[in-house]
Amino acid sequence: MVVRRPQRGHRYTESPVLQLALQGWRSRTVGLLLMLAFLALVGRSFYLQVIHNDFLQEKGDSRYRRDIEISASRGKIVDRHGDMLAVSTPMKSIWAIPGDARTMSTPQKRQLAELLDLSVRELDGKLASEKTFTYVKRQVPPETAERIAAQKFPGVHQEKEYRRFYPTGDMTAHIVGFTGVDDKGLEGVELAFQNSLLGRPGSRTVIRDRRGNIVEDVGATKPPQDGKDIHLALDSKIQYLAYSHLKAAVEANKARAGGAVVIDARSGEILALANWPTYNPNNREHLSGAQLRNRAITDTYEPGSVMKPFTAALALERGKVRIDTVIDCAPGRLTIGSATISDAHKHGALTVAEVIQKSSNVGTVKMALGFQPKEMWEMYDRLGFGQAPNLGFPGEVNGRLRPWKNWRPIEQATMSYGHGIAVSLIQMARAYTVFARDGELMPLSLTRIEETPPHGMRIFSPQTVREVRIMLEMAVQPGGTAPKARVAGYRVGGKTGTAHKLEGGVYARKYIGSFVGLAPISDPRLVVAVMIDEPSGTSYYGGDVAGPAFSQIMGGALRTLGVAPDAPLQVAEVAAGKGRL
Amino acid sequence: MLRFNMMLLLVLVVCALAVVTSQHRGRKLFQALEQEQERARQLDVEYGQLQLEMSTWATHPRIEQIARDRLHMVAPDALGRVVRAPAEVRKGGR
Repeated sequence: MVVRRPQRGHRYTESPVLQLALQGWRSRTVGLLLMLAFLALVGRSFYLQVIHNDFLQEKGDSRYRRDIEISASRGKIVDRHGDMLAVSTPMKSIWAIPGDARTMSTPQKRQLAELLDLSVRELDGKLASEKTFTYVKRQVPPETAERIAAQKFPGVHQEKEYRRFYPTGDMTAHIVGFTGVDDKGLEGVELAFQNSLLGRPGSRTVIRDRRGNIVEDVGATKPPQDGKDIHLALDSKIQYLAYSHLKAAVEANKARAGGAVVIDARSGEILALANWPTYNPNNREHLSGAQLRNRAITDTYEPGSVMKPFTAALALERGKVRIDTVIDCAPGRLTIGSATISDAHKHGALTVAEVIQKSSNVGTVKMALGFQPKEMWEMYDRLGFGQAPNLGFPGEVNGRLRPWKNWRPIEQATMSYGHGIAVSLIQMARAYTVFARDGELMPLSLTRIEETPPHGMRIFSPQTVREVRIMLEMAVQPGGTAPKARVAGYRVGGKTGTAHKLEGGVYARKYIGSFVGLAPISDPRLVVAVMIDEPSGTSYYGGDVAGPAFSQIMGGALRTLGVAPDAPLQVAEVAAGKGRL
Repeated sequence: MLRFNMMLLLVLVVCALAVVTSQHRGRKLFQALEQEQERARQLDVEYGQLQLEMSTWATHPRIEQIARDRLHMVAPDALGRVVRAPAEVRKGGR
């Protein structure tokens, strides 16, 4: 084998190409260009990864991450035994993108309209809107909404919402109130406890797969907070009694309106609060202001003789009279300055107890004129007249109690029997808790009291109150103003009120008949106040118009609560012998 | 040395596959949980609706109407009412 060797041999480690002399700038330029390209890449990646990162991350996440809202429901309102008064249940609202929805075929439109209980023209009207969003119908039952969803109408969508139902309807309408479509309380307890009732929706971030299933939770979830349930002090059975008997009394007396309040004297809880006229909160079309008003809390009236026991109690408390002190009420008239005060029925000499029993204006005024205006004002003020009762209820009124410095003697006189002073029914009922509780005034509560009830404020001594209770019991016995207010089986006591209504500053020939009482007298448990506005039947006296309703409500409520009867049996028999009480 | 590396590689592959499977199984379970929770929510809603229905049927006016009209019940008057044991009455109040 012949190996041809080149003439000029060289070693493998040296390349002849490399030995070519190239200009040095060329390699440097290429190196620089490569370097620049690399820097550009670094710069770009820095831009994407650091500067523009948020935007890109968001875009990436939006391909599979979803934020979903978890709805929370509004709290229930229940009575003291847990019976439902207001409850939310989910509904659907049907909304549309009008531009898309207009592409529906005519049979589709007809079908949708039929499902929603609308006419095709109404539907067309809603879809004619130029906006990009329009509600087709709100608060659609879930079953209907499912059938609509199954049809896949173009441009028609659904959204979850809640609807509030009131099973007890008109019976509890005033105390419970109602909400608007957006779950916002507009009246009553719904408004007063809006903040506690309101649910706070939660949210979670999830990863969805291609089929829309949730496959993973990412990030923090915020759990929804359902609204708190409100336990009212209301007893729906007693509420029904109060409501139905009030309604019957208003209708029997052809009255314009009425109100009734039942208070548990031991705890200050409001067991029932009814008004007439009322409304159905489930269907609030054609509502008038008169129906909506919660008269027992938001309206004031001049109470009339219902005030007299307070005057008597103050006189007893100050030692000005004793229960058997005789006051001359003849001839049934008394002139103070230029005004004359008269009794509805003429009386001769009466004891203090009889003044209350027979409701003598003259006798009461004679007691009242012995007071300083300031001490009378102080008593009314401490009884809560002239101040809102602080229930947290919307529209509570203060009533009217003018400052004592401007009282003229005639005003002091009329105030002692309940004219020239304006109160609400709930204030009046509350003030009577002093007679039910040995002289303590109880704060009222709309909600159920779980722990020990709060302490009352002492206004009269127990001795005074015991004597006043004797007088109140006399008022419902034969010879008193309200024999119709008696309750079979129980000893009750109370006071009638028959007051002229003020119309434009003048007393009109229209009346408000009321009765406020307590039972059982041996250990008072309940205070019931009934007020009938403008009775125009055969009688307008408080004992005749409000007395029977009081008797029915009180009797029913005592039996419902299981309070032991305290009347001797023959009283019940005598009463029964005379026919229905 | 090479054999050891190959073994590590094998372990790595097995681990990677295990991660994928457990992730998949985790998602399956999560979906099942999701479905059950949805069912729980729906049952809750249904419970609320049934409660509502019950309280609508049990309103006092309806009960009174049925008692009076269909069952012809009347409230006893004072003569027909005999109270024997006050203690029991006190307990009987609902």
